Amino acid sequence: MSSPSVSDTSAPPMRAVGIKTQFGPNIIHENLDFTVHQGEIVGLVGGSGTGKSVLMNTMLGLKEPEGGYVEYFGQNRNKLTPDARRAINNQMGVLFQGGALFSSLTVRENVMMPMRENTNLSPKLMRELADMKIHMVGLPPESALLYPSDLSGGMKKRAGLARALALDPKLLFLDEPTAGLDPVGANAFDELILGLREAMNLTVLMVTHDLDSLYLICDRIAVLVDKHIPIADSLTAVCQYNHPWVQEYFGGPRSRAAIGASEAAAVRQKG
Amino acid sequence: MLASTADYELELRGETLVVLPNGDWNIDQAEHLDGRLAGDVAALTYRHVDYDMAGLEDLDTAGAYLLARAIRYGVVPAESWDVVSKSPGHKTLMSAATSAVLGQEAERPRQWYDTFAKLGKATIRFWNELIETLAFIGQFFVVLMKVIVSPKRLRWKAIVNLIESVGLDAAPIVMVLSFFIGAVIAYMGANLLAAFGASVFMVDLVGFAVLRELAVIITAILLAGRSDSAFTASIGSMKMRQEIDAMKVMGLDTFEVLVIPRAIACVIAMPILTFLAMMSGLAGGLLVAWTTADISPILFFNRLNTAVGVENLWVGLVKTPFFGLIIAVIGCRQGLAVTGSVESLGQRTTTAVVQAIFAVIFVNAMFAILFYQMGV
Repeated sequence: MSSPSVSDTSAPPMRAVGIKTQFGPNIIHENLDFTVHQGEIVGLVGGSGTGKSVLMNTMLGLKEPEGGYVEYFGQNRNKLTPDARRAINNQMGVLFQGGALFSSLTVRENVMMPMRENTNLSPKLMRELADMKIHMVGLPPESALLYPSDLSGGMKKRAGLARALALDPKLLFLDEPTAGLDPVGANAFDELILGLREAMNLTVLMVTHDLDSLYLICDRIAVLVDKHIPIADSLTAVCQYNHPWVQEYFGGPRSRAAIGASEAAAVRQKG
Repeated sequence: MLASTADYELELRGETLVVLPNGDWNIDQAEHLDGRLAGDVAALTYRHVDYDMAGLEDLDTAGAYLLARAIRYGVVPAESWDVVSKSPGHKTLMSAATSAVLGQEAERPRQWYDTFAKLGKATIRFWNELIETLAFIGQFFVVLMKVIVSPKRLRWKAIVNLIESVGLDAAPIVMVLSFFIGAVIAYMGANLLAAFGASVFMVDLVGFAVLRELAVIITAILLAGRSDSAFTASIGSMKMRQEIDAMKVMGLDTFEVLVIPRAIACVIAMPILTFLAMMSGLAGGLLVAWTTADISPILFFNRLNTAVGVENLWVGLVKTPFFGLIIAVIGCRQGLAVTGSVESLGQRTTTAVVQAIFAVIFVNAMFAILFYQMGV
């Protein structure tokens, strides 16, 4: 089921144009433009209540914006036929904050679910591919037969990622991937995302508050302030951007510590 | 549009097998590639596998997984492999595919003795459930005594709220149901008794049936279905969100906070609801008697007074606090037995309703025997 839209690799995988989001009288986003380019990892930051998750839901297609439109691979989402929309949806993987695993299914069945719905593979091959995904996200083989309630928080995230990767998506959405993980686990998760990006040619959009992830793995950082995204650029450019919230966010003590750590890591890698 | 197909060529150069895949090696093509490569290399002997990815247009994890089979499915597994490709991603993907460790098979197929194993497990579960319910009832009465000794620990606000949701909110549906039941009983009587010219006895029929049994049972079953599920679901979701743990840490007694108010609310609401059900059941019977058998309301009440009497009302009502207690205790017990998963919440809710209805009908039968022996 290869769709012509997906083969169009020149257009950016995802673009939001003039998005307006409104809940009753409250305007959350206005004139929001945002582009994610092929193969990059974009971090989306913003204060609490600025509508990061709402924006992600809009980009995902869980919510229709009150104004503006979203493009996937150069095609306006609203003008897609249901079949094309479905094909594009299969190109997107999402890791929700709590994993959102189906609690009545084992980890393996969770990962097999998208394959079962969208491909005609034999059960044996599906099982093998699911086990491979489970291995790729760094879960032990025994966990394939466990139920989500038996997993720790970090394992749930990994299992959720394995399910998000089930159909080899081109676009990966991560909602707070490292929240609630210990520093070691968070680091390993960051490494995992980097490795998977290289292996699977992923484009990643992640909502995160983890400064270490922002510094270590994001190519660009998009800042959501004043109801739109005024800047989406490399870390150094964003740090110099003149906006009180941005200055406070990247100039705070936590941020300085994280910058120091990432520079130390870079030095270690060179030496 | 038909998708381009994936294919491959194999070349054996000495002890090296060169695999030249072409086209789209992705999940859409996986089904038709599955098994082919493994079959083709099965008869070949080689020690090294080279992948030449020059002709490849697309590669995903499924494709890489299938390509990696060339390493393992030869006469002897290859010792090494390499990727010749312009894209570094191909190599990373291949190493992810080759290092994949598969988990064990899913659950074994069904065996002939599974039925017996299930029966055994069900028996044990039934027994445990019985013991745990009895233990719960015991604990309930211990806490109840404590609360009765110091009544200021009763949470009146919660009790009044619960009486509203358990009793008042259920009143319309209970009354409507009971009205129809009363009317149906009267119709049955009208048909059967008219044959003997004894239509007036339909008043006895409606009176006895509604007052002694039907109003009580209908109300209890409705309460079990309506409030028991609510109790189990609300307490169960509190347990899932660790609210119960928070209460325990604060030194609150979960029985005192959650179970006692619900039990008292049910014990108070049940007789009131039953009384309303009785009245509307009689009204249903009266209406049918009036329209079909020409029994006037005055005659109806006269007959009711002389033949049925007020003691049947008491016989019905005296059972209701027990039913209310049973329903509340079972609902709370199942709610507190919920574990972390969403699955168990649904399962426990079902169990609560089934157990409550079973218990109500069982206890009602016990009462019937008791009243018969007493001659009431």
